Amino acid sequence: MTDYNFAYLDEQTKRMIRRAILKGLAIPGYQVPFASREMPMPYGWGTGGVQVSAAVLTPQDKLKVIDQGADDTTNAVSIRTFFERTAGVETTTTTREATVIQTRHRIPEEPLTEDQILVYQVPIPEPLRFLEPRESETRKMHSLEEYGLMHVKLYEDISRHGHIATSYAYPVKVEGRYVMDPSPIPKFDNPKLGDMAAIQLFGAGREQRIYALPPYTQVVSLDFEDHPFEASKADQICGLCGATDSYLDEVIVDDAGGRLFCCSDTDYCASRRAAGHQGTVLPTSEALA
Amino acid sequence: MEAEVLSGGFADPAIQSAHAFRSVMEAMARPGTLQHISGAEPPAPLSKAAGAVLLTLCDTETGVYLAGEADCDAVRAWLAFHTGAPLTGPSHCMFAVGTWDALNPLSAYPIGTSEYPDRSATLIVECAELAQSGATLTGPGIKTNVALSVPGIDAFQKNRTLFPLGLDFIFTCEGHLAALPRTTQVSAPIGATEVC
Repeated sequence: MTDYNFAYLDEQTKRMIRRAILKGLAIPGYQVPFASREMPMPYGWGTGGVQVSAAVLTPQDKLKVIDQGADDTTNAVSIRTFFERTAGVETTTTTREATVIQTRHRIPEEPLTEDQILVYQVPIPEPLRFLEPRESETRKMHSLEEYGLMHVKLYEDISRHGHIATSYAYPVKVEGRYVMDPSPIPKFDNPKLGDMAAIQLFGAGREQRIYALPPYTQVVSLDFEDHPFEASKADQICGLCGATDSYLDEVIVDDAGGRLFCCSDTDYCASRRAAGHQGTVLPTSEALA
Repeated sequence: MEAEVLSGGFADPAIQSAHAFRSVMEAMARPGTLQHISGAEPPAPLSKAAGAVLLTLCDTETGVYLAGEADCDAVRAWLAFHTGAPLTGPSHCMFAVGTWDALNPLSAYPIGTSEYPDRSATLIVECAELAQSGATLTGPGIKTNVALSVPGIDAFQKNRTLFPLGLDFIFTCEGHLAALPRTTQVSAPIGATEVC
């Protein structure tokens, strides 16, 4: 740990990131450009989130890292180890114990508190990018609040599929001003973005953007009066813990087409099982006896 | 060079600035809340809180405007030694520090452009006292409403109308700070009959 500055980044870089975070909080949903650094991991592995986490961490923090809800996948494990080694912070997999949570594409099922900070890894921060590839144009569209194109895109979804088929990275409007990409979280998580007690920070390393949502901020998922936004999930219950209200992953379990639906939030699922809840897939204790 | 110039910075910059930044971030994310901040011993008339904010956020890339009494040799030398921040006039600064009267008029500072609203000044306002009483604040970061002793109401209401452009404020007093970003709506104290 002594071979690196605290939390890997040098102090001047951290000051630059910190200034961007403050402006991001002052202008919720607006993407603040920042001079993203090369990190010792490839783009797409959360370099933006890692830089934001490095700028906010203190030695007393307890860090949790999740990848699609799971604490035990490669991305989550490697980032957790990275900060254990470079910042010497304690890590945890328990949502309730963490003070800083870095996440890839999920919001934990358990409601977050005012003592927590949620850091998102963002691949493409610009919600209009796939509709308009030129940065100069999308910047102008944000400044003029010209978001008609986004509604056309959602409308085309309806005309083609009969409903809004966008199921992740579902665009939101922040405080009635900026349209924002909530990162590729499932739209099931969208209702949690608004009025959250925790601070939410978004870091896009390759695209060099930072944006933020202060606590208790109004966040509205774009929709139409006759096609209201709907937070959807697989119409199943968790096979491991029996939860009916959590976001589910579909797992192929054998070569015969066998499928298992289970909580994507591993900590939520494990704590429910520890509390005695049981799904239909795990053998019951009587069956094992 | 006097000892006062060389001392009073962060003894352990990485750790102390991390703690100081969390105070500033909490303040900016939750307008109106008072946060404790420490680690800096700047020369008079700067408060400890203002000194810590400058050490945490300023370096050779940020123009700083010293307003009124803050623009003295001791502060200039201290800031130059510890941050290397270039001193500028109000129209080109990223940060400005001074008392409310010295910082006014607010029209002198950059408020950003419509395409880059982040290119706006942050004003560090030195206050004689800072308390959770007085004007009522509402907006992002505030659950219902919160009271804060802000040095005026009209100026902040006018700043709010510029959104998404505008200035952001950090109020400092001894070892405490509070913040007021451009999104916060400031109104007369609940129960007051007159706008002060």
